[in-house]
Formats: sequence, structure tokens, C-alpha cells
Amino acid sequence: MQKTRGARLLRRIWSARYLYLMFLPVFLYYVFFRYAPMLGLSIAFKNYNAFLGFERSPWVGLKYFKQFFNSFYLWRLIRNTLLINLYDLIFNFPAAIALALLLNEVQHKTFKKTVQTITYLPYFISSVVIASMMVQFLSPSSGMINNIIDALGGERQYFMTQPESFRTIYTLMNLWKSIGWNSIIFLAAISGINSELYEACTIDGGGYLRRMWHVTLPGIASTIVVLIIMRLGHVMDAGYETILLLQNNANMETSDVIGTYVYRRGLKGGEYSYATAVGMFQSVIGFAMVIFSNWLSRKYGETSLW
Amino acid sequence: MVSVAAKPSNHIRESMSRRIFLVANTLILLFVCVVMLYPVIFVTAASFSEETAILRGDVSFLPVNAHVEAYKKVFNYPLLWQSYGNTVLYTVVGTTINMLLTVCGAWALSQKKMVGRRFFTLMCTFTMFFNGGMIPTFLVIKELDLLNTIWSIVLPGAVSTYNMILMRTFFLAIPSSLVEAAELDGCSDFGVLIRIVLPLSMASLMTIGMFYAVGHWNSYFSAVLYLNKPELYPLQIILRQVVLMNEIVENASSTQVNMAEGIKYATIVVAMLPMLCIYPFVQRYFVKGVMIGSVKE
Repeated sequence: MQKTRGARLLRRIWSARYLYLMFLPVFLYYVFFRYAPMLGLSIAFKNYNAFLGFERSPWVGLKYFKQFFNSFYLWRLIRNTLLINLYDLIFNFPAAIALALLLNEVQHKTFKKTVQTITYLPYFISSVVIASMMVQFLSPSSGMINNIIDALGGERQYFMTQPESFRTIYTLMNLWKSIGWNSIIFLAAISGINSELYEACTIDGGGYLRRMWHVTLPGIASTIVVLIIMRLGHVMDAGYETILLLQNNANMETSDVIGTYVYRRGLKGGEYSYATAVGMFQSVIGFAMVIFSNWLSRKYGETSLW
Repeated sequence: MVSVAAKPSNHIRESMSRRIFLVANTLILLFVCVVMLYPVIFVTAASFSEETAILRGDVSFLPVNAHVEAYKKVFNYPLLWQSYGNTVLYTVVGTTINMLLTVCGAWALSQKKMVGRRFFTLMCTFTMFFNGGMIPTFLVIKELDLLNTIWSIVLPGAVSTYNMILMRTFFLAIPSSLVEAAELDGCSDFGVLIRIVLPLSMASLMTIGMFYAVGHWNSYFSAVLYLNKPELYPLQIILRQVVLMNEIVENASSTQVNMAEGIKYATIVVAMLPMLCIYPFVQRYFVKGVMIGSVKE
């Protein structure tokens, strides 16, 4: 009995042998590039030494975590990371919804398509190009922003070296890059609203703004809720690859986020173990946030608030 | 209807306000378009303009005293062409590997006869939520001796779990009767995939391939992490050095310093031009990609 069951299983596996063969490279990829680094997290608890390697580096327990928790950087990094996400949520998220609402009212097909094509474009321009443009435009000597300020009689500003300007710069840059792209999902949600609701609202004498407020917004409310919850899962990530491009010693106070800190201390400074501990702190909190947000979205997303 | 008939003025006011609304709406959207396009236009205009005009702020929409000196300087920079070649190479090789692995993985995970597919799917999706992070990944790449090779650029992101799951969802929707019929006709698993499934999924394949390709073209950070030989640098790194790190093309003689801004703008144009050229033609695939993703949720 046992033997035949085993034999049947083997036969099933054999019949799918080509599928396993196809999956093998993918499997190896995950093992080497996704799971091996997870094992590598163990160096957060060791004093990693390149000559001794992963295995033989001496064990130091929670030393590096304690060092990070006691460091002056902890709150600065968490504050910067959270605030950058918060700015994005407060400004860029509603902007994308507004753009979708406005686009939805356009009757002329070609005009609508053209606006969409143009507003999606920046999403495909690389962050290096966008950051380069930003730095050029803000340049104190020749940037167009400062030329305008100068023409209006103001004083030329060194925007890139002002800590108080960094969040605004970064948020505006993100707004330009992703407002169009982020509006797609809201447009799709709007197109899913039953048109009878609009007719009913018109018959009841509702104007366009009223229809937007009473039909369109409630119609996409569940999408909005789900997207906000999804973002919650990523509050510990900030786009550190882009931030790194705009970062300099002068704006570090507001521009330093966990990702850039890990890069600076780990790769540039060679403190592998310490930086791994910091990165692991971020990963663990991020993981908990994702689990939490998924739980929230299952609870509220499917049953929907409206 | 009754209320409209009873109060005809209401109807007129309605269409009047409608007209005002539409005009305002059009104006706002036009403004948005200008804001989106202006940086690109300005950079292009500045790249053809005289240095003094850029510095004085005379450039707005059109080049001032148009010339191509800045481009001559940029094109004479040997690393630029090399980095262009590198970016093309990384994009082509990277996207090919991406597509091969993503399709094979997604197809295998979508087939019921593969024992253990649940486990393998879980193994893949888990990595979307938790990862080793920058430093351990760097050390693994180093241990594998991939630093300063093309493989350090194309392999670490060889499979996007999100794309693979998306593709798998798409494959699951293909009627199993179609697959079984092909198998009865003597098709192997490879045969079914190549002859039946892939032709049915061309649109999705294009979409996912485009996302991978754009990702490779635009990426700079893996090069920062894993490459330190200038001859291997992709285009984005050169751009970063020229504009953001102020390493001006060639050894600065006085004429070149005098063209610093023009050279920066020209380099930006050179780096973004290919994307701007292909974008209008492939745009619809991208939008489709967002839609597939949103339906899945």
C-alpha cells in the first residue's frame, strides 16, 4: 500500500519532469539571490570579517542592534523615512485622484488620450535624469527657479543645501514623476462605476461637482482605502535610490533615510555587520507592517467601507 | 424630468455651469501637460544654447544662438559611447534572462500536475515581503565572484516575483482543455508552452518585457553597488557623474569649463532621448500592465 502510493507519487513527479526542469533555474535564482542573502543576515549578530567569511566570523550577539538603538541616528532616520512617506500620502496621493477625476470629465477622446500620454511620460524617465534636471533647475547661479526669484527681486537660494527644502523638493519631484501613472488605477476604478448612478444623480438635479462628490468619490472609495492600506505596508521604505542622488552633506539632516544610511555606513564605510543590523531592523518592521496592512485590507478592503 | 420642465431656467443654468466647468477643466489639464513637458523642452533648448544665455537665464522654449558644440564635446567623450553600449547590452541580456525565467517559472507554477507547486509558489512570494537587504545581497554577490561583471547587473533581479505571479495568474486563465488536447496530440510540456501558450499571451509578454526593459535601461543603483570599473558603467552612471557629481567631460580646459552647463544639459538629453522616442509606441502596453495588476487584486 505504502509502496504503491510512493510509486504513484514518483510517477506523477516523473510525468511533470519537464516542468521541474523549467522551474529549476528559477529555483536556483531564488536560492542564490533571495534566500542566501537572508541567511547572510546572520552577520548582523557577528563581527563580520571578510577573511573569516560568513561562517567563522566571531559571534557578538545583539551588539550592533544596541549600537543602533542607542545612536543619535535612529530617530532621525525613522523621522525622515516616515515624513517622506507622509508627504507623499498627503500631497501626491490626492493629486493623482484629482487628476483622474478631471480626466474622467473630458469628453473629447483625442484630447483625453493626449493628456494621458503626456502625464504618464515622466514615470518612464530614469531617476538619474529627473534628479539631474531638478538639480540643474535649482542651481543657485543659473537654474531657472533662481532666475525667476532673481527677476522678481528675491534672493538666490541654495536649495540643494538647505535641509528645510529637501522634503519639498523630493515630494515635488515625485509628484511630477508619478501623478499621471498613479491616476491610472483611479481612472480604471471610475470607469467601473455603474452609469445608472450618474443618471439618477442628474435626474435628481445634481450638477457636475455634486456628481463627482456623491457618485464618483464614493464609487472609488474602496480603491482608495485599499491603496492607502497597501502604502501602510511600505512606510519603512523610502525611495532611497532616488534620495541618494539628491543627498549631500548639507541636507543630510532631512534627507538621510534608512536605505541611504545603510549604503553609507555599510558599503562606503565597510561596517558590514552594523549596516546589516540596521537593514534588518528595517526589514523586520517592514515585514510586520506588510502583514498588518494585509490583515487590514482583508478586513476592510473586501467588505469595503462603503 | 418633471423638475426640469417646471423650472426651465434650471436647465439653462446647468448647461452654462457645465460649459464653465469644461473650460476650466481643459485649462487645468493643459496646464498639467505644460508642467509635464516643460522640463524636457527646457533641457533640450538649453542643450543647444550658448553658455552665457543659459547662465543669464535667457533660454525659455527655444535655443538661444543655437549650436551643437555641447553635443560635440559629449560625443567626443569615449566613456559615453562605451556606457551607451553597456546599457544596451545590459538591457538586452537582462530582459532576455528575465523573460526566460519568468515565463518558465510562471508556467511551471500554473500547472496542477507539478507536485509541490504550492510550496514553490509560497517560496517565491515570501521574498516579496522579506528580503536580506542591501549588504547581505552585496556580500553574496561578492562571494559568488560576480562583482565587476555583467552578471552582477542582470542576475540579482533576474525574476520579479510580482511579474511572475502576474504571468502565472494569466496562464491559469488559459483553458486546461486546450493544454490537454495539445498533450494528447503528443506535445511535450515545452511544446505546449511554445506552440500554444505563448502565442496566446503575446500582449502580456510584451507588457512584462517592456517593464523589465525600462527597468534595466533606467537602473543605476546596482551599478553603484556592484561595479567600480569605468569601462563597465552604464549610461545612467555617466550622467550622474557629469551632472550630479560635477565631473565635467574631459580634463577641464578653459573652453570646456565655459561650456559646463551646456554639456550637462546635452548629457541629460542624450540619456533620455531613446526613452522619449520609443515611449509613444509602447505606452499602451504599460497601461495594460497596470490594469492586469489591478484586476488581480
